[in-house]
Amino acid sequence: MARTCHLMRILLTCVLLLCCTCVGKDRVFNTPLSEQGIAGFGIGLATAGATAIAEIQFADYVYPAFDQLVNEAAKYRYRSGNMFNCGRLTIRMPCGAVGHGAHYHSQSPEAYFAHTPGLKVVIPRSPIQTKGLLLASIRDNNPVVFMEPKVLYRLAEEQVPVADYEILLSTAEVIREGSDVTMVAWGKQLYVLHEVCDMAKDQLGVSCELIDLRTILPWDQDTVCKSVCKTGRLLVSHEAPLTQGFAAEVVSTVQAECFLHLEAPAARVCGWDTPFPHIFEPFYVPDKWRCFEAVKRITSY
Amino acid sequence: AKKVSFCSMFRIRSFSGRFRPLWFVCSRFVSSRSLASGVKGEQSLYPGSRLSYSSDVDECKPKPPGKLPDEGVSAFRILDSGGHVIDAKQDPNIPEEQLVKMYQTMVLLNTTDKILNESQRQGRISFYMTSDGEEATHIGSAAALDSNDLIFGQYRETGVLLWRGFTLFEMINQCYGNHLDGGKGRQMPVHYGSDHLNFQTISSPLGTQMPQAPGAAYALKRAGTGNCVVCYFGDGAASEGDAHAGLNFAATLDCPVIFFCRNNGFAISTPTEEQYRGDGIVSRGPGYGIESVRVDGNDMLAVYSVTKAAREVCVRENRPFLIEAMTYRIGHHSTSDDSSAYRSTDDVNYWDKQHPIKNAYNYLLSRGIWSESQDKEFKQEQKKLVMDTLREAERQLKPSVKELFRDVYDEMPPHIERQWNEVQQHVAAYADQYPANFDHDHES
Repeated sequence: MARTCHLMRILLTCVLLLCCTCVGKDRVFNTPLSEQGIAGFGIGLATAGATAIAEIQFADYVYPAFDQLVNEAAKYRYRSGNMFNCGRLTIRMPCGAVGHGAHYHSQSPEAYFAHTPGLKVVIPRSPIQTKGLLLASIRDNNPVVFMEPKVLYRLAEEQVPVADYEILLSTAEVIREGSDVTMVAWGKQLYVLHEVCDMAKDQLGVSCELIDLRTILPWDQDTVCKSVCKTGRLLVSHEAPLTQGFAAEVVSTVQAECFLHLEAPAARVCGWDTPFPHIFEPFYVPDKWRCFEAVKRITSY
Repeated sequence: AKKVSFCSMFRIRSFSGRFRPLWFVCSRFVSSRSLASGVKGEQSLYPGSRLSYSSDVDECKPKPPGKLPDEGVSAFRILDSGGHVIDAKQDPNIPEEQLVKMYQTMVLLNTTDKILNESQRQGRISFYMTSDGEEATHIGSAAALDSNDLIFGQYRETGVLLWRGFTLFEMINQCYGNHLDGGKGRQMPVHYGSDHLNFQTISSPLGTQMPQAPGAAYALKRAGTGNCVVCYFGDGAASEGDAHAGLNFAATLDCPVIFFCRNNGFAISTPTEEQYRGDGIVSRGPGYGIESVRVDGNDMLAVYSVTKAAREVCVRENRPFLIEAMTYRIGHHSTSDDSSAYRSTDDVNYWDKQHPIKNAYNYLLSRGIWSESQDKEFKQEQKKLVMDTLREAERQLKPSVKELFRDVYDEMPPHIERQWNEVQQHVAAYADQYPANFDHDHES
């Protein structure tokens, strides 16, 4: 059978080239190099009724656009009493560790945006998920920050359906069912935890339930809490630094909703509280060994 | 394969945006020689530019040479300080009825400003900003636009809204944040907006509207409505990074947007001498490739005239235009400011004598289409109208507390719904600790 591979990056590049050739330079175009300009321009397009898909080259460079996203895009509908909105804006950016990216090509800034009511934050884990979530984000009537784990552009391969489909935002997916530990992550970290699930089963006889959050804001509290009420144990893992990372939000909510069901304190296995280092990356990232240790800890509490 | 001609290979985009063939093919081979010999006038082939080389370093500096010149770009005016037309050929020939309406709108704005400013001092509204001295920049420009031109303001453009038909009641309801406020009580006073009047809701951060305006203009261009966008901003906001981004994007992406700078001399307490070293904002336009003009912002006719001309260019050629209207902020920055701390009352009084409303009044008088007695009567009427509207707005209930939680997203997500429920329960248990003049929720 002829194998049709759709690498994530090929998918996105093809879409972009297709756009340029088919729809013309007035619809797919370069802008001057200014993230605040890109975000502001995108907001303007969206509020005037056009669908705007803005791209930031690396999530590490989104900060000049922070004012536009937090003070403008997020508040556009609310502050105007729903007279105006920029819901047709989607802003995409590659994020996450890539092996050698260091400070400025590895960041996962989802926590900053998760703290902003009015924005949606979405992080896909695979090509099939990307297409469905991106289409849903573009069509969602709220500004969406869409973060694409860049290491997956080359590594992830899937048979992506060519038909149109969307994946509902704010719905987490239980990608592996289990009974002893609830593991929550998003993006590339799911692959790490997937391995840890196998390690836990083989070496500890522990059955892990793995949940992909998919949408960071607004996040699917019900799916996660339902799972923890069943398992009694929670592990949340992300590359972003530990302090004030999004794991803190998940753990905080779970302890409030599932307090009497918890058998052990929740574990957060995250990047350290340092800028993302270059040569020290193997020590920095929340690898499978650190996650496995955490599973051991919370199952023997 | 498409055949590419030798000449088309060297087609480059010139400064004004028109493609021109590059004829100087031979210079590509002699350029290294010309550098050594210092021959003037040799053309270069840098991507995106068309420039010659020169051995005279003074020829290699833009004019003016980077320092504030003794005399800046002139400001265009049609009326002199006494309200007389200087050159009849420049008269925009606005119909008499419209001239009177323009004047009356300026008077209404000024009257409303005085009363609402006072009402803040009395504790009736929490905050206010006047437009005293800048009325002509609002009404002069607004009158030159089409009602479907989309407007992005900064926060001192109330006259533009009034011209378009924003009622006093809508305005004062917003200041009181009552249940009739279009913004649903969410923002501070003077953060007006109106979808049916195509005036984007005001936000406090400065300059953020400047890259948004070209984005909207781009969408309008593609929609082919024949409308433009107008982006108002002040001399201070022009220093923000967003201003630079906005101007550059507008020019580079061929956006039909008028950038209208109200240079009123101050950014709160920072005078323009401490805001920039160049010749104001008009001098920056050419740096972006934007056609620019400076105008006397206190001359209603001149502001009208340049805005009308700018609009025609924008819409016809899909490119931006920059207008710098020179004026003076007679009032304080806001009710949170006391400008006597940083400027002399002599200066303020001088500019009060040059007041745009006085200027327009004198012009109307000279045209015989307005009189002193009409003026007195009109001003009394307006004052009464504002007071009556104020009283009516004041007695309205505030919006339902549910409006605190609505419109964060298009639909209320579960976590916000939970918080609304929590607030309801809490306020029910502690009712006398919370203000009571809030409406019930009519939708649930």
